[in-house]
Order: sequence, then structure tokens, then C-alpha cells
Amino acid sequence: MPPILQASHLVKRYGDFTAVDDISFEIQEGEIFSLLGPNGAGKTTTISMLSTLYTPTGGDAEIGGFSVTRSPMAVRCLIGVVPQELALYDDLSARENLNFWGNMYGLSGKTLQTRVDEVLEQIGMTDRANQRVKTYSGGMKRRVNIGVGLLHKPRLLFMDEPTVGIDPQSRRAILDSVKDLNKGGMTVLYTTHYMEEAQELSDRVGIIDHGKLIAIGTQSELTRQVGEMDTLRLHVGENDPVEALVQALQGMPGIQKADQSDHTIDVITPSSEEVLAPVITKANEIGVKIRSVDIQEPDLESVFLHLTGRALRD
Amino acid sequence: MKKIFLIGFKDLKIMFRDRAALILMLLAPFVLTIGLGLATGQMSSGTDSGISDIPVIIVNQDGGQLGDALVATFQSNDLANLVNPTISSDFEAAKKEVDNDHAAAAILVPAGFTNSIIPQDIETISSDTIQIVLYTNPSRPTSAGVIRSILESFLNQVETGKVSGTIVIGQMVTSGLISIDQAQAAGEAYGQSLADSGMATGSIKITSVDGEETSSTNVNTLALLAPGMALMFLMYTVSNGGRSLLVERNQGTLARLAVTPSRVGEVLAGKMFGIFLTGVAQMIILIGATSLLYHLQWGDPLGLAVLILAAVFGATGWGLLLCAIAKTPGQVSTIGSAVMLIFGILGGSFFSLSALPDWVQWISHVSPNAWGMDGFTTLALGGHLSNLAGPILGLLVMGALLFVISSVVINRRGIIRA
Repeated sequence: MPPILQASHLVKRYGDFTAVDDISFEIQEGEIFSLLGPNGAGKTTTISMLSTLYTPTGGDAEIGGFSVTRSPMAVRCLIGVVPQELALYDDLSARENLNFWGNMYGLSGKTLQTRVDEVLEQIGMTDRANQRVKTYSGGMKRRVNIGVGLLHKPRLLFMDEPTVGIDPQSRRAILDSVKDLNKGGMTVLYTTHYMEEAQELSDRVGIIDHGKLIAIGTQSELTRQVGEMDTLRLHVGENDPVEALVQALQGMPGIQKADQSDHTIDVITPSSEEVLAPVITKANEIGVKIRSVDIQEPDLESVFLHLTGRALRD
Repeated sequence: MKKIFLIGFKDLKIMFRDRAALILMLLAPFVLTIGLGLATGQMSSGTDSGISDIPVIIVNQDGGQLGDALVATFQSNDLANLVNPTISSDFEAAKKEVDNDHAAAAILVPAGFTNSIIPQDIETISSDTIQIVLYTNPSRPTSAGVIRSILESFLNQVETGKVSGTIVIGQMVTSGLISIDQAQAAGEAYGQSLADSGMATGSIKITSVDGEETSSTNVNTLALLAPGMALMFLMYTVSNGGRSLLVERNQGTLARLAVTPSRVGEVLAGKMFGIFLTGVAQMIILIGATSLLYHLQWGDPLGLAVLILAAVFGATGWGLLLCAIAKTPGQVSTIGSAVMLIFGILGGSFFSLSALPDWVQWISHVSPNAWGMDGFTTLALGGHLSNLAGPILGLLVMGALLFVISSVVINRRGIIRA
């Protein structure tokens, strides 16, 4: 099955500054693909080119078989866009906004009214549908902002940092709604600089920095690419023979390294699941009482740190 | 086309939900119109707020047919409601009456006026025509303008009669119908006939801008003042409309529009249509309200409707151009306010352009206000749609030209889609 989106060597330059530098990737139908990167990495510019708002300086992309540069109108019919900034008319109500944007996407009459009602229900705004947007909280505005992108049931939905600047409750609701949309068959291209969101939502992740796509794959593929290990942190008793346990662990198969620090032992291993049981068994044999265990799997933050030498939020 | 309407009506709805904009669009022109009307003392009490009974003093020292005809004109039944003439023999006293604001104007018909036009004998023929003197009250510009207009019409007719009389008598002599000796008598008879039939019967008309003769009795001060204010605040409305394009760019809705299945031209045309609709709505409300509240007679309804559409179209072009050249909504507001005032002054919203030099009057037509005022004045003086070809064409060309220029600049700047 051909990918719904195929970006090939996309470039966007503003004078001497290159905002997006030769980016290529694919998104399969039904996938949630995240572009993860810090602010200013080129995520929004990439989405702007893919959604036909900006003309690429170089390269091209196909969405549903249509080129974003040669057939932009066909592309626009297939995509929905949820921009980073709230793009709503404050002096219109949620219903009026949805009606207007639905019309702009070619919906009309009963179809439009049905879709507006469905979307209002979906974003939980039915009760306040007729109040002006400017009276809503930030989270409610975000929900309406997303609703506009869903009206015409796009095959591919671009969501550009939809959770920026909102409260945790609204953020949770938005993440859940993205999952629900995906379960309903919608393909989603999601950009974020929150590692946790990319980890929670994505089938695959592209890590972008300084306009370049520096890594792409599933989360486990990415962590394996950079050779990251799990860390098993054992909290032990004060007078237990900790040094003996550390020595014993260092010789066990599947364990890369074991370090002691105060009343904890850090065990570095490619797979914490495989060594957890043998480690506990060995501790019991030696007489070390394990009070608790923390398992720290490598995350995208550590991948980004490994690839760029910087934290995501630097 | 549907999307153009959608964007336009959306903008209209948003504009009419903006209280501050409504105050400036609708309330301010009302207040200024009434204020200026009171300040110039041209709002009469009672149900008829238009011009009537304009006090004018005529000093007729001529004693000839034309002097008498001029007096008869001002005393005719047709002008009975419009002017209130007083006959005096002392022009200096008449001027004092004007200075004391007891009259809008004083007219002096000097001795020998008739003879300078219709010579009584060969010896008195002179190439110089004695001038009628008009002394006007500067605090009553509109009333004085009406008197001037009546006087100019009279003089035009006299001039026409003089030329045609010369030609007629000349041809009669050439063809042998009369002898040279009889020419003087024939000329006098023609002059008398001109005075009797053309003027003394009271058929003097105020000539409209393109030369058609129309009734003079519908002139109304507010009908001249209100359009000036409406046109000036129309410039506010269109600059505010143009500003909305940059506001939409800042709030992200313009980018969102650009990624819907719509062309840049549709979005731009939709925005222009929104400005146009808002301007039309403003003009209709202002005109409707002044008609209802002050019984203003705006003139021929068809001409009025077409003129409103043309004026708003021309002004809309300016609104779009402001948006094209400004970088921020704030800049549009600042430049727009300046343009509104400059065009208001240039376009004759505060005073009659006739007081300004010809080159200023020519330059003033860069503003939709001047074209609009030409049209509204024509209608107020009784003109019809057929008399509005100049203003309407000027406004349509202005709007179309500015739309094209603005579109090029907006596209080049990548305001809608980069």
C-alpha cells in the first residue's frame, strides 16, 4: 500500500537561513507520526509546506498521490490542519466558526449541520456552542481549534503543537482525542516538543533539529539506533552486603554494568525485563534485602540528547 | 464565488459585532453632521430641516430689462420657498446686513448692466460687460452657494441669449430680412423677449453639473452636509476592513483560509467583498436614518443606490491598498485615520471645494470623497442617474485600479500564502 504522505528532499530557505534542510520521510495510512524537536527546529515550516501554505524552495511531497506543489487544491481536499496558534474568529460562536469553516471546505446544507453537531459533540462543546469564542477558556478554544480541522473528515490530519500553553486536564483530553481519531482510521502527523506526547501517541517518530531530520523510526528502533540501555535501580538495606551483590551482578549474563551509590545499585542492561528475576534471586542468595526497584527505559529525551548533545528543552 | 460571499458576509457579521467600530462607523458621522449643521446655523427648526427662505438683498441700480428680470427671477413663485428676497437701493447697507448675518448674500446689479449686454444705440456698444456683484456671508456657505447658483444660471441664460441674439440679428441682416437701421430695434425686441419669456415667467433653473436643467426647490443643507460625513467615515470603515486582513494574518485565520480548498484570489476577493458590504451597510444605515429622522431628501433613489455602490467600491480599493502597504494592523489604523481626514478635507466634507483653487479641486479627485460629493450634490440639486456618469465612472475606475495594484502587492508580499 503506498504511503499517504511521501516527502522528498523538502527544503525551505529564507535568504541565507535554511529553515528546513533536505527532509524526506513517509507516513503510512492509519499511522500517528510525530515530528519531535525543540522550538525553531523546523516543525511548523515542514507542516506549512506539506499543507500547501508555503511553497518549498526545493523538493516536493505527495499526499494521497497528489503533489503539494503541482496539485495543491487536490491536496487541500485531503488534509485537515490544526495550527499551533488558535485560528478562530473570537467574535463568532463555536457553531458559527464551524459553520464557516465547514462551508469553506465545501460542506453545505444538512451535511454541514450534521457534521457541525457531531464535531461539537466530539470536542465536548455542545452546551456552549452558541457562545462567542472569546468567552471560552484556553482549553475550550483549543478544542474548537481542533474541531475545525476535523469537520470535513480529512484523510490526513496535521496537528501542529496542539497542546502548547494549556492546562494538564485539557492536554489529557486532546491527547485522548488524537488517539480516538486514529482509532477511527484517521492518519495524523503530530508535531511537538514534548517528548512524553510523542512517546505516548506515536507509531513512529521523526526527530528534527536545525531543520534536519536526524532520526526516524519507532521508539524502540530509535533507542536501539543510539545503543541506549535500560537502567535497573535497586534500593537496598543499609547494612546489607551490597558490595558482594555488585560483584556478583557484574559477572551475570545480560548485565553490562553494575554500580553502587549509597543505598542503591544501578544495573545497566539491554533488557531490564530479562534480568530482573535473576537479579532478585541473586540478591536473596547473598542476603541483600531489596526494598524497591525502579526501571528506567531509555526515552526519546535521551535519544535526542545522544544525537545532539542538548536536551529537548534547551 | 460562494466562498467570496462566505468570507464577505462573515466579515460583515464580525464588523457589526464590534461596538467600537460601530460607534465610529455610525454614531460619529451622525454627531458630526448635526454638529456642523448647528455650527453653520443651517439647520432650521420644524419638520423641514432643509434650506428655505434664504434671505437675500437685491440692489437693482440697472433700471433695464435684465435688472428687472433678475429681480423678477428671485421673486418668482418657483423660488418662493427657497429664497426670501428684499429689494434695497443701498448696496453698502445691504453688505452690512450680510456682515451682521441677517442675510446670506447681497446682489448688486450696477447701472448700465442691461445696456452693456443689449445696447440701446450704436454709440453705447462696448466690449466690456458690467459685472453683477455678489457679496456672500461666509458663515452660510451653502445658502450663499444656492444664491450664487441661481445667479450663475441667470447669467448663463443672459450670455446664451446675447450670443444667440447677435447671431440671429446678424443672420437677419445678412439674409436681407432686416436692414442695418432696423437691427438695433430688432435687438432690443429680442432682448425684451428674452427678459419677458425666459426669466420673468420664473422658469430660471439651477443648472446641474453636466448642464441639464433641474428644479431648484429640493436643495437641502443636510443633504449636502450628511454625505460629506458619510463619505469621510466610509474611509474609516474601509481602512478598518483592510486592517482586518492583517488582523487575520496575525491571528492565523488567514493561513487557515489559505489551506482550505480556495484560491488566493478568492480569499482576497472575499475580503474585499466584506469591506464593500460593510461600507454599503454603513451608507444605507446613515442615509436611511437621516431620511427618517431629518426628512432628508437624498434625491433620485436609483441614482442614489448606484452612487452608493460606486462610492463604496472606490473607497474599498483604498482600504485594500492600505492593507497592502502597511506592515501591521496598527499601521493601517494610523495611516487610515490620516487618509480619512485628508480625504475628508480634500473631498469637501467640511467645506465646499469651489472655494479652493482649480488644481486642488483636480487633485481632490484622487479621493472617493470628491467624486462622491460631486454625485451627492448633483442628486441633492435634483439630478438623476443619467447625470452621474462622471462620478460613477471615476469611482469604478478608482476601485478597479486600486484592487489590481493591491492584489499585486499583497501577492508579492506573500501576505496570504508564502
